[in-house]
Amino acid sequence: MGAETGAAMSEAFNEMYDGGALRAPYRALETWRRTMPAELRALKQTEAEALFRRFGITFAVYGEGGDPDRLMPFDMFPRVFTATEWRRLERGIKQRARALNAFLADIYDRGEIVRAGRIPAGIVYCNEAYEIAVAGHRPPLGVYSHIVGIDIVRTGPEEFYVLEDNCRTPSGVSYMLENREIMMRMFPQLFQEMRIAPVDGYARLLKRTLASAAPSKCAGDPCIVVLTPGPYNSAYYEHSFLADLMGVELVEGQDLFVEGDFVWMRTTEGPQKVDVIYRRIDDAFLDPLCFRPDSALGVPGLMNVYRSGGVSICSAPGAGVADDKAVYVFVPEMIRFYLGEEPLLSNVPTWRCSEPDDLAYVLAHLDELVVKEVHGSGGYGMLIGPKADAATREAFAARLRESPANYIAQPTLALSSCPTFVDEGVAPRHVDLRPFCLVGETVELVPGGLTRVALTEGSLVVNSSQGGGVKDTWVIAE
Amino acid sequence: MLSRTAANLYWIARYLERAETTARLLDVGHRNTLLPSTGGGFRNEWAAILQAMGAAGRFAEKFGTETRQRDIETFLVFDLDNPSSVGACLSAARENARIVRTALTTQVWDAINGSWQEFRNLQRRERSQIALPDLTDWATRVTALVRGAIEATQLRDDGYHFLNLGYALERADNTARLLDVKYYVLLPSISYVGSGLDTYQWTTLLRALSAHRAYNWAYGGELTASRIAHFLILNRLFPRSLLSCAGLANESLEHLARGYGRSTPAQEAARHLLAELAEAKVEEVFDEGLHEFLTRFIAENAGLGQAVHDAYLTGEAR
Repeated sequence: MGAETGAAMSEAFNEMYDGGALRAPYRALETWRRTMPAELRALKQTEAEALFRRFGITFAVYGEGGDPDRLMPFDMFPRVFTATEWRRLERGIKQRARALNAFLADIYDRGEIVRAGRIPAGIVYCNEAYEIAVAGHRPPLGVYSHIVGIDIVRTGPEEFYVLEDNCRTPSGVSYMLENREIMMRMFPQLFQEMRIAPVDGYARLLKRTLASAAPSKCAGDPCIVVLTPGPYNSAYYEHSFLADLMGVELVEGQDLFVEGDFVWMRTTEGPQKVDVIYRRIDDAFLDPLCFRPDSALGVPGLMNVYRSGGVSICSAPGAGVADDKAVYVFVPEMIRFYLGEEPLLSNVPTWRCSEPDDLAYVLAHLDELVVKEVHGSGGYGMLIGPKADAATREAFAARLRESPANYIAQPTLALSSCPTFVDEGVAPRHVDLRPFCLVGETVELVPGGLTRVALTEGSLVVNSSQGGGVKDTWVIAE
Repeated sequence: MLSRTAANLYWIARYLERAETTARLLDVGHRNTLLPSTGGGFRNEWAAILQAMGAAGRFAEKFGTETRQRDIETFLVFDLDNPSSVGACLSAARENARIVRTALTTQVWDAINGSWQEFRNLQRRERSQIALPDLTDWATRVTALVRGAIEATQLRDDGYHFLNLGYALERADNTARLLDVKYYVLLPSISYVGSGLDTYQWTTLLRALSAHRAYNWAYGGELTASRIAHFLILNRLFPRSLLSCAGLANESLEHLARGYGRSTPAQEAARHLLAELAEAKVEEVFDEGLHEFLTRFIAENAGLGQAVHDAYLTGEAR
């Protein structure tokens, strides 16, 4: 991999401006911002927080002391995409979601892409996320990942990069929906002035996607459930929110049992057959008879029913191998191999430290790279070279040499920034984007997503666990 | 409806009713301490309250054998390790409510969540600043608030009937226990029946059930054991009487049977319990022995609870 840390990446792009000029989609917002008195802004911010509390939109953090119900910091300044920008993103996102699913269907089948030598066998078959238990089983429609969350960053007017893919159970979509609800309630005049594409069709699309994944043994309307680890999970609110919006039951493992060829739900009217499980628990916990025997969250025997086509699990067990950071490098290859197309969205240039040449380069350029654990998530276990001191880099270099295959490295991207409310007024803060692509009979994407913002000045880490917040994401309707 | 959701609703109601009973018992105990001392050799009134709740052992482990009012207050209101304390019941009700948040209206959730937040504020306040009657008033007020929110806003669907079922079974159990305690624990010896002490204690019992005025209206003020037993067991008008509770349980179960188009052993058990109470005469109760009658009732009421559990809350009954 070459060192593509050119000029385009060195200067942060402020999405509000084009050179010195205000970009069209932000004009109305700039007036709105300028004419809003400071007291009104403070009032609106308080109102927003009260609404979040009232709706119960919190994420639960247990075991750290303090109030377990935390609010996600919400920034009222929306992020805006033009219709043209979004069209391009949409095509790229859908392309990627299709390719990732084609890859999954392939590697649990004949593995053509490996046979063709386009991706090393070891990365696929020795991957911890590769589930041998489902090899040879083709899920309905051949779809493994029904909800693909693709994390995208922007570095310039035309430059978008995919930071990572989330093929298992990407979370955050409840914020996309609720942020919009709250913005519409607080600033209706903005929605009258600007034509903003609605996102509230998501729940209907999700339900349709899940229904299309029903197993062939299911006759009539499929019974869909959302499977949650329970109220102590940090995303429990989202699980219950989605179940409620779709009008389906929110179940825990203890509510389900296997009898005969099917999965049943315990109801006050006796057992009811379940056809599609939208699970929000990891593969390892799904079935103690197949995966972790100590799991109390799952359903014993579930995998047998799944493999005999009695129930669908969304996303399918084994889907995680497609969003592994070592596999990520090969997604552009997948797009070429399965779809015969050129990737519309670029990967961030990535060095795989398992390769000796790449490792040597990374060690020599630690001060300008971001090094991440292959299996890590949530912004933990990573080194941001330019921000770390020499001692930290030394310590990290030692860990790198010890187990190079656990790490990848990427250039520090100059993430774009968006105007954000701060104590002194408005200032640019770095953002990323997670749209939620639905894959079933059709591939669907609502015009919007979750914009995460690093609220600390200069910070590039947008994770909520480390000082990140969220913004409403607007797409101007065509 | 998911069985677990039904179970959560049922238990929300039971915990709230239990919190209220604990507060009422605390109030009874407090009033008893205002009574002139009954002399040596008798059981301390607080000890009787603890016995009524079946919590004497747990209390002794934590606070020793001496029963001081401050410790009792701590134990019955604030101690989250005591599963019958007001705090523990409110906390359990709130946890259950959080899990089935979508099965409750905003008002009901606000009332339950609000009661828990208020409890946490009380926890932080200087204890000497809070008078015990204020504490018990507060507890009965917040539980009434939830009950009111349920009545005013919940859909009359199966969830509502599971809430009512929880209230009915818990309340029946509590009334029976309170009456039993008065008769067998509070009164030091049978020779006190009809004495001034006896009368005072009957009054406090009625107060504990918010029923002393209602009793006066219904029975003209004269306190006798058989009238009070009639009032608390067989009166159709008093909402805490065993007959009223059995009536509510039966009604809720009939709604469920109609809604689900299927009758279960629970309906049978409820009808049986109701029929027995509806036909009973207070003389028969005393012939059987009040304590014996109440013991049998408590067991039958628990049996009904088990039948409800088997029929609806496991999700396995077909």
